[in-house]
Amino acid sequence: MPDNTHVSSHLRALEAESLFILREVVAERDRPLLLYSIGKDSAVLLHLARKAFHPAPPPFPLLHIDTTWKFREMIEFRDRYVRQELGLELIVHTNTEAHAQGVSPFTHGSKTYTDLMKTEALKQALDAYRCDAAFGGARRDEEKSRAKERIVSVRDRHHRWDPKRQRPEVWNLFNTQLGPGESLRVFPLSNWTELDVWQYIHLEQIPIVSLYLAKRRPVVERDGVLLMVDDDRMPLRPGETPAMKMVRFRTLGCYPLTGAIESSAGTLPAIIAELQQATVSERQGRVIDFDRSGSMEEKKKDGYF
Amino acid sequence: MPQDLLRLLTCGSVDDGKSTLIGRLLYDSQLIYSDQLAAIESASKGLAFDPSLLTDGLKAEREQGITIDVAYRYFATAKRAFIIADTPGHEQYTRNMVTGASTCDLAILLVDARHGIRTQTRRHSAIATLLGIKHLVLAVNKMDLVDFSAAVYDDICAEFGEFAAKLTVADVQCVPIAALPGDNLVHRGTRMPWYQGSTLMHLLETVHVTSGRNTIDLRLPVQLVCRPDQDFRGYQGSIRSGTVRVGDDVVVLPSRVRSRVKDLVTFDGPLQDATSPAAVTVVLEDDVDVSRGDVIVHAKNQPRVTQEIEAMVVWMSPAPFVAGSRHHVKHLATTLTARVDRIEYRLNIDDLRRADADRLQLNEIGRCRLVLDRPIACDPYERNRATGAFIVIDRLTSDTVGAGMIIDRLPETARRLEALAQPGDRTSTHVVRHRSAVTDQERQSRVGQRALTMWFTGLSGSGKSSIAAVVERRLFEMGHLCTTLDGDNLRFGLNRDLAFSKDDRRENIRRIAEVARLFNDAGLIVLVPVISPFADDRERAREVIGADRFIEIWVDTPLEVCEARDAKGLYRKARAGEIPEFTGVSSPYEAPSAPAIRVHTDDRSPEACAEIVLAHVGALRVSPPGL
Ligand SMILES: Nc1nc2c(ncn2[C@@H]2O[C@H](COP(=O)(O)OP(=O)(O)O)[C@@H](O)[C@H]2O)c(=O)[nH]1
Repeated sequence: MPDNTHVSSHLRALEAESLFILREVVAERDRPLLLYSIGKDSAVLLHLARKAFHPAPPPFPLLHIDTTWKFREMIEFRDRYVRQELGLELIVHTNTEAHAQGVSPFTHGSKTYTDLMKTEALKQALDAYRCDAAFGGARRDEEKSRAKERIVSVRDRHHRWDPKRQRPEVWNLFNTQLGPGESLRVFPLSNWTELDVWQYIHLEQIPIVSLYLAKRRPVVERDGVLLMVDDDRMPLRPGETPAMKMVRFRTLGCYPLTGAIESSAGTLPAIIAELQQATVSERQGRVIDFDRSGSMEEKKKDGYF
Repeated sequence: MPQDLLRLLTCGSVDDGKSTLIGRLLYDSQLIYSDQLAAIESASKGLAFDPSLLTDGLKAEREQGITIDVAYRYFATAKRAFIIADTPGHEQYTRNMVTGASTCDLAILLVDARHGIRTQTRRHSAIATLLGIKHLVLAVNKMDLVDFSAAVYDDICAEFGEFAAKLTVADVQCVPIAALPGDNLVHRGTRMPWYQGSTLMHLLETVHVTSGRNTIDLRLPVQLVCRPDQDFRGYQGSIRSGTVRVGDDVVVLPSRVRSRVKDLVTFDGPLQDATSPAAVTVVLEDDVDVSRGDVIVHAKNQPRVTQEIEAMVVWMSPAPFVAGSRHHVKHLATTLTARVDRIEYRLNIDDLRRADADRLQLNEIGRCRLVLDRPIACDPYERNRATGAFIVIDRLTSDTVGAGMIIDRLPETARRLEALAQPGDRTSTHVVRHRSAVTDQERQSRVGQRALTMWFTGLSGSGKSSIAAVVERRLFEMGHLCTTLDGDNLRFGLNRDLAFSKDDRRENIRRIAEVARLFNDAGLIVLVPVISPFADDRERAREVIGADRFIEIWVDTPLEVCEARDAKGLYRKARAGEIPEFTGVSSPYEAPSAPAIRVHTDDRSPEACAEIVLAHVGALRVSPPGL
């Protein structure tokens, strides 16, 4: 049994805040959707969406941007849990044009790849759905530029974020009004920390992809990052041979861009214990943030989630 | 594991060391991740380690060398989880501070020990207080640059104390710190042995977080109506204050439709009760018409429903806020249109003075009156931060341009009382008493309450009127009809021909007692906060009103305390001989020998005293006929 006597008041307060945000935006916007990345934050967000509208199902579809380079296990989990078990409406979108041109993280580098397969694909999907409010699982503790982002954040017609023109967000009186072409990104988990997320997953027994738990997996070490060889599309460099190592992932994305950490934490309590001693932040495993200082901010200005 | 959550605000002028302080708190509580540190070290470009870089978020801002917005930081200790709202010290960014303060329980005000209290410090404390923050911590930083001098620190605290006394803030603490080296943040250090108080972290970990929250009044605004099928109809919303239970009698506002709570539905199963801030789905027993924006409250504890509000507004747009203009207003789950009826004054936040104004400019704060296109259910912000707050939205740009806090309306003005006053008349000798055709009993059961007079006696400044005001409000909210006969107010009208000689005081009391009796006869509960210093006068009042209806309440505040408070400056004048026959100074106060209730106000708020009074008075409800 998880020990919930201590954590509950603080986690319940965070939970209540998130439910409030979900309901408020659904009440005030016409075409919301939930950006579902299959990761742990999405798992919590989806769980909260199920709670917020119960006994009705979440009144919006889920959107998954499939770059075609996700871990195989993520796709399996998505189809089994979200589609079959929960029976929720799921939109899967890929930038097929870029995909047909053979854009991959190995051939085009992480910047171009991310621009086309993630940012561009996301904009295409949001436009196609005529989405006016997209829920995302981003947290303010993840990264410095997120710390200043509003919970309900306005994007212009090109999906761009302007950090200098953010609306003041006073109390929890969220202003969801929009001008023509504008849309919202909404972050119900803004005030959660990574530790909160794990404790909540544990407390609520939320299903997650098992890549988060340590297991022996085939990895190569490249530029100081442990990459898992998830399929045979990964070109190995001279001298690289996959070795089996006890690893887990703190964050999940495209396998060629996601670093594993060596760990023996095979259960949620072990992850939580490890996290409490952690000295490396979770995004370190994410190659995308590394390019240069402030790079997440640049991406968000361009329309990255 | 942290047990609860404290939301706090940090504010200071540029370069007072705010970023350093926050960086230090995170660093010393060992939550800074090594790769973030690496990024900072590369940004510091070989300079000495600077914790402030941990918190300066956006590149655009770093380029300007200044933090320009609100950023949120998270850390946790074994005792508590913390959310820090980091707001800038730059002059024109009142709006950011208001944004940060709106959700916080505590504010850290940072000052540079070399500069002491500055205009900005006063401004920040005033805004924090205005936004309802109950705990202020003055952190006197850079003590290393003043040789850790106790004298410097004491002077700053004393100066701040003087200013803080003007604010209505519950709790003010001071701590001397050096953020860069870390003294008195998490670790005490050895360089300020003269300081015996808590470290900053200890204060943050132990401050009582719930003291600013309203746990009494149930306020549940409906966000969504949930209708998954024909058989289910639930109202989804977060409990913003108070507790709701299955079986509670509730009223839906503003329509005032009544019903009862049938079920509290959640994903995790049904609940018997739920408390703020829980998000629930309420099912009512009756098939009533409820929609988004309605507020569910207890039938016996209702907020005000009104279309006109008085509020303090913080203006956040470059285009001024002017009388006559129209805006959207979002209050709880409703957005409506409001017209600015008038701007009463602008509050000069630096010295808390009022200035005449017909508009509010960017970053100005003022009191105004708004007329709404529909009624809303609201409480004064001071009592309830959720139901007393609103935002103003520009109708064209959709931007959030203002933040408002609803206040209690002023008591009726002296002018109005004067209009009622008539010159005194001689007692006629040809008068015969008529019996009423309706008995007291009948009247009581019609209004559903016992009509009593609560007679509050005590020195000037003892707290009679404040306590009576709270009692009146509480009784009213419980569904009672009541009124207050305030000694001071009556002297504007009914008793304006009277002075303060013993005879005039006696006549004053007699008239008040007669009026109280008439009101009691009519079925009203009457509250009388009046000094009434003489025992025989009070005895006569008891006779006039009737011993069974007269409840003598002694507000027993010692003279020294009243004199120290001296809210109206009367004791000072009395001591200076400017007011003759002043009770306690130049005229005696005869303490009641057997009051029904004796309230010691010492360290209690008027609310707490009011609770004592209400508890002693007991049930006042009388079943109306037919129930
Ligand atoms: N000597 C000394 N310098 C400090 C202390 N705290 C901050 N500073 C310095 O004061 C300057 C302004 O600090 P910063 O945190 O950037 O101020 P902010 O503008 O309020 O965020 C920096 O150069 C800090 O290193 C302190 O306790 N002692």
